[in-house]
Amino acid sequence: MSASNKNKENLNPNKNTSVNEPSPIGGNEGDSALDIKAFLDQDQKKDLLRLLTCGSVDDGKSTLIGRLMFDSKMLYEDQLSALERDSKRIGHAGEDIDYALLLDGLKAEREQGITIDVAYRYFSTAKRKFIIADTPGHEQYTRNMVTGASTANLAIVLIDARYGVITQTRRHTFLVSLLGIKHVVVAINKMDLMDFSQKVYDKIKADYDSFVTQLDIPDVTFIPISALKGDNVVERSERMPWYKGQSLLQFLENLRITSDRNFTDMRYPVQFVLRPDIKFRGFSAAVASGIISKGDEILVLPSLKTSKVKSIVTYEKELDYAFPPQSVTVTLEDEIDISRGDMLVHPDNQPRIERQFEAMLVWMDVTPMNLTTQFYIKHTSNTTKARIDQVKYKVDVNSLEKQLIEHLNLNEIGRVVITTSKPLFFDPYKKNRQTGSFILIDPITHNTSAVGMIIDRLDGKSLSSRITDVDKEKIALGKSLIQRDQYQGKYNQKGETIWISGLHGSGKNELAFSLEKRLFENGAIAVMIDGSSVRSGLNRELDFTPADRAENLRRVAHICKLLNDQGIIVICSFISRNNSLRDQIAEIIGKDKFHLFYMDATLEYCKNNKPELYDLIEEGKTKNLPGIDLEYEIPANAKINFKPEENELNIDKVLDYLAANKIFPHH
Amino acid sequence: MMEYSLTNLRELEAEAIHIIREVAAEFENPVMLYSIGKDSSVMVRLAEKAFYPGKVPFPLMHIDSKWKFKEMVEFRDKYAKEKGWDLIVHYNKEGFESGIGPFTHGSKVHTDVMKTQALLAGLNKYKFDAAFGGARRDEEKSRAKERIFSFRDKFHQWDPKNQRPELWNIYNARVQKGESIRVFPISNWTELDIWQYIRLENIPIVPLYYAKERPVVNVDGNLIMVDDHRMPKEIAARAEMKKVRFRTLGCYPLTGAIESEAETIEEIVEEMMTVTVSERTTRVIDFDQEGSMEQKKREGYF
Repeated sequence: MSASNKNKENLNPNKNTSVNEPSPIGGNEGDSALDIKAFLDQDQKKDLLRLLTCGSVDDGKSTLIGRLMFDSKMLYEDQLSALERDSKRIGHAGEDIDYALLLDGLKAEREQGITIDVAYRYFSTAKRKFIIADTPGHEQYTRNMVTGASTANLAIVLIDARYGVITQTRRHTFLVSLLGIKHVVVAINKMDLMDFSQKVYDKIKADYDSFVTQLDIPDVTFIPISALKGDNVVERSERMPWYKGQSLLQFLENLRITSDRNFTDMRYPVQFVLRPDIKFRGFSAAVASGIISKGDEILVLPSLKTSKVKSIVTYEKELDYAFPPQSVTVTLEDEIDISRGDMLVHPDNQPRIERQFEAMLVWMDVTPMNLTTQFYIKHTSNTTKARIDQVKYKVDVNSLEKQLIEHLNLNEIGRVVITTSKPLFFDPYKKNRQTGSFILIDPITHNTSAVGMIIDRLDGKSLSSRITDVDKEKIALGKSLIQRDQYQGKYNQKGETIWISGLHGSGKNELAFSLEKRLFENGAIAVMIDGSSVRSGLNRELDFTPADRAENLRRVAHICKLLNDQGIIVICSFISRNNSLRDQIAEIIGKDKFHLFYMDATLEYCKNNKPELYDLIEEGKTKNLPGIDLEYEIPANAKINFKPEENELNIDKVLDYLAANKIFPHH
Repeated sequence: MMEYSLTNLRELEAEAIHIIREVAAEFENPVMLYSIGKDSSVMVRLAEKAFYPGKVPFPLMHIDSKWKFKEMVEFRDKYAKEKGWDLIVHYNKEGFESGIGPFTHGSKVHTDVMKTQALLAGLNKYKFDAAFGGARRDEEKSRAKERIFSFRDKFHQWDPKNQRPELWNIYNARVQKGESIRVFPISNWTELDIWQYIRLENIPIVPLYYAKERPVVNVDGNLIMVDDHRMPKEIAARAEMKKVRFRTLGCYPLTGAIESEAETIEEIVEEMMTVTVSERTTRVIDFDQEGSMEQKKREGYF
């Protein structure tokens, strides 16, 4: 990455613009005008620190924020006088100024004396501008704290020196680590009530250290303070000479945060396609992570097309490179079809491109999680549908223990498996806050139901086995009131599945259709399912990638299971290309009810029988066809191997098999 | 490793551009509400930046209460023409024709009919599903908790108890037919940030922000400028020339001036840092009742 000084100037355009109005006339204000210019020039170079304060009403959190803002002289006079007026009526702090009243914005909350939502506060010092996300500490408001934490660089965890590390402290720290905040300041407050004792401080520090090690927070700093009296808040306190560190404000002013961003993995989630005229085609986005430079070779997801960055356009000028969180517009050397939700990356550094992943989920909605809901998932600039396959466990935010449950309620946090209908391009949240986070939106109410952080585990290959795990559990639930033998007696058959595997065009369907007809004529109750019948409706959104093929079969297996449970014979005709898939199907249906047959046709035969698809793939117009570019594993354990040429004979063989196994007729 | 860092202003700018683009991408029919004030000027510049070199893909709408300062209207018409904005000027025709005004009907009725009702009618008329506003969280206590994407029901009402959680920079833009979202891209800016940005970017603003000799009347401690003949004669008669400027701009009878010498942005900032009066106190309408801004917001006012 080359970066000349010229570039630096581009990125930080402090050009001395002239003001709109003519300069003041007369000489006497000359000096002060110069001062204020210098002040403004200095001021506009300040950076921004976003911080979160965690603590409850009693920890003195509002007092601390009030003091930070007050002492940095950002409380305007009239806000103060309004405060004095309010304090007399509903204040909770006797005759003193109640800093909390400054902060609690909404009427209802003011009367309850608690803050119940996230409020954002702003103050500024000579070195930095600060945005405080002020969130309540109560357990039922986990969602608010999570909200505030999502954008914070740093968290202040307040501890009341009188009580030390309590459940709430652990809860706050856990949430801070869950949301990936890298810097924590443990502000041990009310030291004035504990005689500014170092012993008290040391004890709390040791207690905190002992549990924070199990969490993932790289930078923890302890500061003993008294928010009420101002000790170690802005100035170092003389009443705690044993404390050698910085005051809270000094620490906040000096902390380095730029290196917290991910500048390694270039991710450019296209937000808006800009086409003002036929000549210009730009792709606008906020750089999520990494550096995108002019001339970079880029790969477009999901199309996998490649090109080069032609220019990086902004209103001021073209840039040589852009970095997070800049919002820019990129043009490419080649004309490639790119739309919102696509992502530009470097070809040698790709995110995961998958439809299934695990995540930590925080439930934000009063409506509890429902595993049958098809949510909208919003991830970077990409929106698609998603469902929650499984809740692996819930984390008790107080004990940090894992509990097995079936769904999450408001303010609960759990580890889940999610499947989306389009692939997402993601990184684990730990590595990349921007591409590792998502929200789930309720399809009916449009509320933000949950927010999630993707976990670094499991690649796509191990996902198929996960389907089976999920299904086993679900299958264990729900039982009909009619007994299996009641069905068998009444229908004179066992509800089981005849599964015919084989290549495309092998003659599976011919056998399946004739078999269905023959069984019907003989008085059996049988249902026949093949690929075109499910793909035309039920599984319409699925395509022919390996993941979608697996999903297609998973659903079919569940239909078989449902029908079998009600005593009905199912005849299935599917390629079902390998043992792993067929094993999963057997697992879902039940191994004893799954009867695998193989239609053993040569590829030659298949091509002659159904040439259309094979022609397409030869012309390069399609892909993912088993037997051609996907492997087809011949079943080793099929009950019968058929030859397609012997259709009538094959039907008799199946009927014999069914009779011998008392599937039909049963008696 | 070299440091890739943005200043506070450039970070806020990038955030605002991201928000503006997100709305343009996710909504069918957005609009940017344009108040002619300094925050609106900043918003328009941010929108221009977001879609450069293209044009801003949504219209601006000014809700004209018919009591704005003359200089505001002049400024609006001049820049709309010069810059080729797609500008809608909407006003409450019925209210205007029946002569509603602050002097005759009081600030409450006037604000409700000519501002809140006019805004809602304007939004309904064009069926806008998203409306950008220039509100900032540092302006007023109740705004501190408002989301950047602030959901409104079919009646344009805000429910502070039932706001959608808003995490990272992922915004939930889903609405049902008839519902809408108010979007505040400069939520995280402070008054100082706005002035700094205007200075840095050389953004034109209405001259009323700069101090000048103007005819004003002291009405209950507020300096009200005599802007036209509609001010009752007995009040206008008390007018005297004072060097004043305005910290915020609205309807002239409802917007108090402050005595000031500040003729440049630098001087305005200097005055702001030393004369400590926060900007909303010069808006008369806020004095009505405690929590009055929250009340107005619930009813659909920005």
